[in-house]
Amino acid sequence: MEILVCERRVPDTSENEIELNAAGNDIERDELVYSVNEPDNYAVEEALQIRDRVGGNVTVVTVGGEDDEEILRRELAMGANQAVLISDESFFDSDGRGIATILKDFVRKGHYDLILTGVQADDGAAQVGGMLAAMLDYPFASLVNSIEVEDGKLKVSREIEGGNRELNEIDLPCVLSIQTGINEPRYVGMRGIRQVASVPIPILGASELSTDHVMVGVAAARVKRIDYFIPASGKGAEILHGSREENADKVLELMAAKGGLK
Amino acid sequence: MVGTYSPSQITDWLIPGRNLFLTIHVLGVACFVYIVTKRLVPLTRAERDLRFDQPLRRLGRVFKFWLGQWKHPRYKLAGTIHILIFAGFILLAARAFSTLIVGVSENFVMPGLSGRFGHIYDVVTDYAATVVFLCMVVAAIRRLVFKPARYAVPARSGKSHTADAVFLLGLIAVLMVADSLFAASNAAHHVQQGEPVETLAFLSMPWMFKVLLARMTLTTLWVANVTAYLVHELTFYFLLCYRPFGIQFHVETSLFSIYFAKLERGTLKPVRWGVSDEHLDQVKSFGVKKFEDFTWKHMLDFYSCADCGRCADDCPANAAGRPLSPRFITIKARDYAFRHYPVFGNPDNSKPLIGNIYSEDEIWSCTTCGACEEECPLLVEYVDKIVDLRRGMIDDGNVPQSLQKPLKALESRGNPYGKMEKKRADWSKPGEIEGCDVKIADAKSGADILFFVDSITSYDDRMQSIARSTARILSHVGLDFAILGAAEKDSGHEVRRFGEEMLFQSLRDHNTDAINASGARRIVTADPHAYNALKHDYKNIPPVEHISQVIAKEVKAGNIQFKPAQGDAKVYAYHDPCYLGRHNQIYADPRSVLDAVPGLKRVEMKRSRDRSFCCGGGGLMLFYEPKEEQRMGVLRVRMAAEAGANVIVTACPFCMANIEDAIKVAGMEGKMSAIDLTELVDQTLVRKECTEELETVTVGG
Repeated sequence: MEILVCERRVPDTSENEIELNAAGNDIERDELVYSVNEPDNYAVEEALQIRDRVGGNVTVVTVGGEDDEEILRRELAMGANQAVLISDESFFDSDGRGIATILKDFVRKGHYDLILTGVQADDGAAQVGGMLAAMLDYPFASLVNSIEVEDGKLKVSREIEGGNRELNEIDLPCVLSIQTGINEPRYVGMRGIRQVASVPIPILGASELSTDHVMVGVAAARVKRIDYFIPASGKGAEILHGSREENADKVLELMAAKGGLK
Repeated sequence: MVGTYSPSQITDWLIPGRNLFLTIHVLGVACFVYIVTKRLVPLTRAERDLRFDQPLRRLGRVFKFWLGQWKHPRYKLAGTIHILIFAGFILLAARAFSTLIVGVSENFVMPGLSGRFGHIYDVVTDYAATVVFLCMVVAAIRRLVFKPARYAVPARSGKSHTADAVFLLGLIAVLMVADSLFAASNAAHHVQQGEPVETLAFLSMPWMFKVLLARMTLTTLWVANVTAYLVHELTFYFLLCYRPFGIQFHVETSLFSIYFAKLERGTLKPVRWGVSDEHLDQVKSFGVKKFEDFTWKHMLDFYSCADCGRCADDCPANAAGRPLSPRFITIKARDYAFRHYPVFGNPDNSKPLIGNIYSEDEIWSCTTCGACEEECPLLVEYVDKIVDLRRGMIDDGNVPQSLQKPLKALESRGNPYGKMEKKRADWSKPGEIEGCDVKIADAKSGADILFFVDSITSYDDRMQSIARSTARILSHVGLDFAILGAAEKDSGHEVRRFGEEMLFQSLRDHNTDAINASGARRIVTADPHAYNALKHDYKNIPPVEHISQVIAKEVKAGNIQFKPAQGDAKVYAYHDPCYLGRHNQIYADPRSVLDAVPGLKRVEMKRSRDRSFCCGGGGLMLFYEPKEEQRMGVLRVRMAAEAGANVIVTACPFCMANIEDAIKVAGMEGKMSAIDLTELVDQTLVRKECTEELETVTVGG
């Protein structure tokens, strides 16, 4: 099975102190460390496991700049067969529809049976997967937390409200957005990354993908960020100030009162 | 042996006795050589291990640990029994050899064992055989009646080993009885014939047999003699050839295991012996994934294990109900070797060890505290094997999710918490520490001492207090010190011991450059894990001391004086951190500091010094979520309470984290507290400006 995983490099929320910049239109990016968006990493692991079960290839792709190559290399070290960096000045600051358009053009250049994305990026809007499927006219399932490969189709289960699951059958080719927890992604150590240090990662631009400029870039974006702010603390939170035992009793009491304990 | 009466002279059998016994000798020895050769096959396919250096030092250790049985008395009863059996075997070796030869050549006497000395030897060995026999009886009774818990085999690890153990004890007992009966029937025969009789040691087993046989007919004596001889002969060779199939193989292998045992404490084996760090990229696979990835010495360890259970008995992970018992790390590997390298037939394809004989949780459960190695009478190594198995899992990407985040953070931020580098020195910001300014080391600072803080003490709110106390103590005694601040990264001690060698090397290289750029001539740290890393894992950096050593020296020199601790109703117990105590043998310094506080009441826990009980492990172990029945720390806190202490003093930030947590988990808040040695010293020392307040201040805790 030919599997494509679309991924994205994001500031790692567990290793950064996210602060607004002075202008208030973005976060302070000077000392950030980045990593692959967590759900995307689960998607890559899932793709690798499917490949190891049924054969085929796993390709990872990201739309970005040269800094984004590091996550592709990490996924190569994890076991992906190839990686592609899509980068073009005209793509900068595309909105979700723009990114989906770029990816659609890339998918059309190859043959993929299965396309995976993470359920959403830490700094994203959980829209690219669905739009990409629509543009390709492929079936789409979101929040997928298990995949079983059958002949020409998949059985996928999805997480629904309250921790329940539903089981769906979906025809190939299709697009799935992968929920965290679907698997336990393998560890990539420094040694693994060093071993793929010299693997070439092709860079494709607008001309190679024959992307329509009208659809991408900042000018084509129909959704524009106009502000970035930390919401004022609301009144919903109650902070308990008693001793440990008193607090524990109080929490139990509150949970019982709100119906959290049965 | 006296006289012309010998089994070798049997002539009325189908073949003459001499030929029969010669055949048994040849067959027995041939079988033994064949079996041992087969046992050595996996060692020839194993990884390299460079253990041929320092022969004199190694011989010295053979005298101490093998001939001297140094570790045995740590378990008094079992140890005494073993020392007696061992001494008996050593003494009886020449006698057994002579007895075997007598079957072929009746007048054979071992060179040097004739005449007066020979008589003394006979008397001594009469007693030796008796003592060994009695030891077998006592050992069998222990196994069958008293059943010490450490011999039990948990259900997950297979069947009980009691039957095999008792069978082996029985064989040795039979050997001793046959030997004694042979000597006694000889003597009785000589008495009846009026021939000169060798003296049998009074009240020894041969002597008692002689008394019993005194009235037997000559024919009966002849039958008894030949039967005893044959039984001795067959049992001897059966035992010789059976030993390589189980725990008694250590009779043959222990000498070599001990000669080749690891010499340096606190160190780790390299990924591959003989491959430098620069060439590691060319190594195809890291660590131990299949059996043949072990080194030959580690395989020899598997053969040498005597299944005495002391390692597991002292293992804190085992005590806490984690799925790890060092004993079965060895036994399972040995059984694997027996199965896959059979005595008859060819070796089969090796399977991955993880998932086959070991589980992932089992290998991650080890805190590398070293209690097992400290206890093992045969110096079997465990930490290196565990780390090698982890290297293999890391190489395969097989790492628990709970460890992946801290490892990734160590890679990108140089600390397992993912905190910003620039905040590493926040604990020492101007104003944070009363009466002490902490310099950031650079070429200009020119500080003599570098205080290596390491991650937990830099970032953890609670442990920062240890950093501040250390800084205050250093300035109190007038030492000129600086810290690396943002330029310091995690020492990588646990990174290495969790098997992530390349990440460790990158941290080490970074720190080595930063340390050397600081121009410091000495390094001081309050973290035993950092201490061990800087001392053993790093090369070409200035010498390193733990703060307890510095304090002990300054106390001795009179530069630190303490306020008295009378009247505070506190009883202190010092908890030895594994990487200060067992791995680096620093037991006395912290205790001498505590004892220098006038009136401080200190008790020892039953498990202290080299038998200290790990609090739960440091570094990445704080992130790992083990499967366990209870916390090691809780067990440790209870041990302190049992010793009558209400304050646990430690000298390690990880011990502090584990023990303070454990006090809460055990519900002992208010009854038990924990304090770091630096905090105690900082609170108790007499500051120059406040000497007059001496009487009014009490010791904190």
